[in-house]
Amino acid sequence: MHKEYLMGNEAIGLGALAAGVNVVAGYPGTPSTEVLETIAKKRKDTTYVEWSVNEKAAMELAAGAAYCGTRALVTMKQVGLNVASDPLMCLEYVGVKGGLVVLVADDPGPISSQTEQDTRHFAAYSKVPCLDPSSPEEAYQMIQDAFFLSEEYHTPVFLRPTTRICHAYSSLTVKDQEEYLENKPEGFIKDSKRWVIFPKLSFANHQKIVARDETLEEVFSAYQGNDIKTFGEKSGIRLGVAASGISYAYALETLEKLELPCEVKLFKVSTPYPFPKQKALRFLMDCDQVLCLEELDPVVEDGLIHLAGRYNLSVEILGKHSHATSVAGENTRDSIEGWIRTFAGISAGEPDTPDEKEKPDLPVRPPVLCAGCPHRASFYAVKQAMKGKKTIFCGDIGCYTLGNAMPLDMVDTCLCMGAGVNIAQGVGRVEPDTTCFAFVGDSTFFASAITGVVNAVYNQANMTLIVLDNSTTAMTGHQPHPGTGHTMMGEIVAKVDMEQVLRGIGVTTVETLNPLEHKKAVETVARVAAEPGVKAIIFKYPCIAMPSDKAKELKELGPVRILSDKCIQCKKCIREIGCPALTVKDGKVAIDETLCTGCGLCKAICPTHAIEGGDL
Amino acid sequence: MKNIILTGVGGQGTVLASKLIAAAAMAKDIPVTSAETIGMAQRGGSVFSHLRMGEGVHSPMILKGDGDLLIGFEPGESLRMLPYLKPDAPIITSIRPVIPVTAALAGGTYDGKAQLEYLKGLSHPLYTVNPDEAIRELGNPKVMNVVLLGAAVATGLLGLEPEDIKAAIRMRLPEKLHELNLRALDYGIQLAKAEK
Repeated sequence: MHKEYLMGNEAIGLGALAAGVNVVAGYPGTPSTEVLETIAKKRKDTTYVEWSVNEKAAMELAAGAAYCGTRALVTMKQVGLNVASDPLMCLEYVGVKGGLVVLVADDPGPISSQTEQDTRHFAAYSKVPCLDPSSPEEAYQMIQDAFFLSEEYHTPVFLRPTTRICHAYSSLTVKDQEEYLENKPEGFIKDSKRWVIFPKLSFANHQKIVARDETLEEVFSAYQGNDIKTFGEKSGIRLGVAASGISYAYALETLEKLELPCEVKLFKVSTPYPFPKQKALRFLMDCDQVLCLEELDPVVEDGLIHLAGRYNLSVEILGKHSHATSVAGENTRDSIEGWIRTFAGISAGEPDTPDEKEKPDLPVRPPVLCAGCPHRASFYAVKQAMKGKKTIFCGDIGCYTLGNAMPLDMVDTCLCMGAGVNIAQGVGRVEPDTTCFAFVGDSTFFASAITGVVNAVYNQANMTLIVLDNSTTAMTGHQPHPGTGHTMMGEIVAKVDMEQVLRGIGVTTVETLNPLEHKKAVETVARVAAEPGVKAIIFKYPCIAMPSDKAKELKELGPVRILSDKCIQCKKCIREIGCPALTVKDGKVAIDETLCTGCGLCKAICPTHAIEGGDL
Repeated sequence: MKNIILTGVGGQGTVLASKLIAAAAMAKDIPVTSAETIGMAQRGGSVFSHLRMGEGVHSPMILKGDGDLLIGFEPGESLRMLPYLKPDAPIITSIRPVIPVTAALAGGTYDGKAQLEYLKGLSHPLYTVNPDEAIRELGNPKVMNVVLLGAAVATGLLGLEPEDIKAAIRMRLPEKLHELNLRALDYGIQLAKAEK
């Protein structure tokens, strides 16, 4: 054992390695990404790891590995689970031989996601047991427990941390590599009655799963993660707080600090499914009033209300349903303390800084495309080419969603991974006079846009697909994908050629060009968009935040410069492209040299040629 | 228990500064936790790092009014985190504003000056760092985070000595960056001492 300062996700990755995981697959997504990256970095030669093309592929690959008796891990964010839901729902009925853990990171807030969906609900829906850690330390232990449970009960098991667990750092004690378990898989044993899902098998296994869950309710009631602590002295009313995840950590710190007027029991619920029934009943019987503290959906609250109703207990249960706590968004250390104070009848502390009133306004900082981001050039080229035309710009998931910000304003819709391609087709069916565009990134193209293009070609749609190819999965921190030519195992492999994929589907017009060549880019978009049918433009230029030959070349060129004798202060550069490196200093346009990459897009816009240097 | 807040704009290096403090604390067997902004907000948004050292910490996030020290990489962001501080907790802040694109677009007036003046008028001890002067002295804009860290060490509130942070720099950073970062740390320490 040794001590390390680890991010929650790193702790989970190391925990999986300590449990002897052999096969790891996933798709990047905040806040889950670093789990798989840690495993790739720290793995032994006996561990296989890959970024799969999407979550469904990852889940199916892990299922195959677990059928062979190996320990497998799948990683994704909560919306990724929607993509993987088809195999997972079925896999629960079939079961596994080797341990299979599904790491799904939820994102209360949401901070970096489309939805505030709750994987604990998905656990109940799919009947997959679920562990919910309240600290990086606990996440390290729980992923090891999850592999054990999975093998013991032949079921996939969820580990479901949230952002504040995934991205919290902590000094924690972890195993040395010599202490890691080793698993020798038995291999795949043919047995079509076990591995081929049929209605008869599903009926039989459904009954077994329900019986197993009743067993797990008891097993989890004795699980160390489901703990009851007592604070304060007995007097009059008996209060209880039930909490899960990071809310438990906030509640524990609050209850240790406050002077309580009565006894308060704190129930930590770490297994939202199956619910630790016997332990929850003991907790409820000791309380007159219970406050439930959790993020996203009222899962613990529903579990307790269900038991109180079923066993006719006279206890009042407060939480999201009673609006005692927030129904959406993240809980904070402050909101939890506030709710506990109200619940226990303790007055609020000193009010915040009294000088709040004359405070000057704070700058608003929405996230923006980086200075030098090639997506800015691509969006601007399409915008210029389509000036005055009736258009729709269907966006997608990635850095390029930020193309929605002013002044670009180039994202009219955004739904989920790969949706833009099909949404553009839907709009085109209703509005044939609209020129329909779908923008998709390279990683998203491979993950889930290809079927949309097949649909468009087959069903005779009129649309232009714009692939924003920056040769990486940028938003989540530069992961490789099928088009990059390298894998997480460190191999150099043949690139899957996007242009050939599109031509193979039947897209006859496919143009690949550099979006920074502004004039050519505008002309190409205007020409291609005017053609009937499905056509594609691939704007190819590497992500500027990633080491590349282009980045090296630009670094040597240095930032652009403004020629003060030529600049007429029209500020067209700022108004048109909104690059963060273009600022106003003492009323004059200035280049922030710490941000400017020298991409040269602003040079193409300046009407008086007052910007020099940089590229192109 | 010590609660430190680091704040700035995505890309300014708050996370590295937080990790250097944590590494120095770990080396002295002080329990340490932190929480930071990761994801979409890193693209030019407001970012923070809550760093907590000592026994009895369960939450990685700091309660408002409980912060012992604020290390701000941008004056507006320093002001934003003010509610997290104890009444007399010191503030170390860079005086250079980062102008958001939205302000440049709308002809906005944000220049960080009013925010800095406001901070000066408070009862919190204030240590200011002028990045332009620091860059002139050190010859590199990338080490502002370590300059601010130096000023933080000089307050004594981290419970860490300059040598502890220097050891962390040597341990965590590639060797070719040691000399520059050690100079930046010393520069920050001298700056804070002079302001005292």
